[in-house]
Amino acid sequence: MSHVHETSGNAANRVKTLVAALEEAHVLTERELDASIEAFLSRAQPANGARVVARAWVDPEFRRRLLADGNAAVAELGIDLAHWAPVKLRVVANEPGRHNLIVCTLCSCYPLALLGPSPAWYKSNAYRSRAVRDPRGVLAEFGTQLGDDVEITVWDSTAEARYLVLPQRPAGTEGASEDALGALVTRNGLIGTALV
Amino acid sequence: MFQVGDRVRTRLMNPAGHTRLPVYLRGRVGRIDYLLGTLPFSDRRAEGVRSAQEAAYTVRFSTRDVWGADGDAHGAICADLFESYLEASE
Repeated sequence: MSHVHETSGNAANRVKTLVAALEEAHVLTERELDASIEAFLSRAQPANGARVVARAWVDPEFRRRLLADGNAAVAELGIDLAHWAPVKLRVVANEPGRHNLIVCTLCSCYPLALLGPSPAWYKSNAYRSRAVRDPRGVLAEFGTQLGDDVEITVWDSTAEARYLVLPQRPAGTEGASEDALGALVTRNGLIGTALV
Repeated sequence: MFQVGDRVRTRLMNPAGHTRLPVYLRGRVGRIDYLLGTLPFSDRRAEGVRSAQEAAYTVRFSTRDVWGADGDAHGAICADLFESYLEASE
């Protein structure tokens, strides 16, 4: 069977064995590996995704570039998506009457660099199976009630592309600064389980 | 090669090894939504062919075409699928 989630004990043992083999083959040391993971995670934060969204809200030209070529647009803000693996970023915009939701039914893929480590619920079997089967019900459980006429597109990240939701700019924020707008954006909003 | 707008049907397949075609999207009809270009082809890489690559597409399925009448009336599911999972559909 493909993509079976192992118990954490099994996975930890396999990682240990793999790292030992890499060390023995002089490919890398455990210390180098730890430093690399630490450096990546220190830069991988939901604040990055929020910064991208805030810029798109205040700059229509940036928004256009972001929807056309996510990698190039976030690079303008100094965010490097290619640190580990060359992922293709696709940004999908919520609009009046249209909502987007991100899932990875096969495992738990998502744009780490823009969202930080994924929340436990994102990796759960319940979310991964129900997001595609009953997205409206899942959203309601997150407290996000959408009208029955709102079309929901669920993006199942089954290959090398990673998805980010561009939420709609909340009403009444016309005078807000870019920093203040960024502070409104939540990780759930970037996945699509919240409106912002 | 498929183009944006082409109707495709996903193959009904149950390989013993790794695949990125989810079970719930097998044998379903959708439309090519976006050309992802050539990507590392995980199914073959899992068999040890390290350089395997294949064209991939975002395919958009109407929710009802996936789940039948029990599916949400206003919805779509988009998934990123490799060329060899797809065949042209009328």
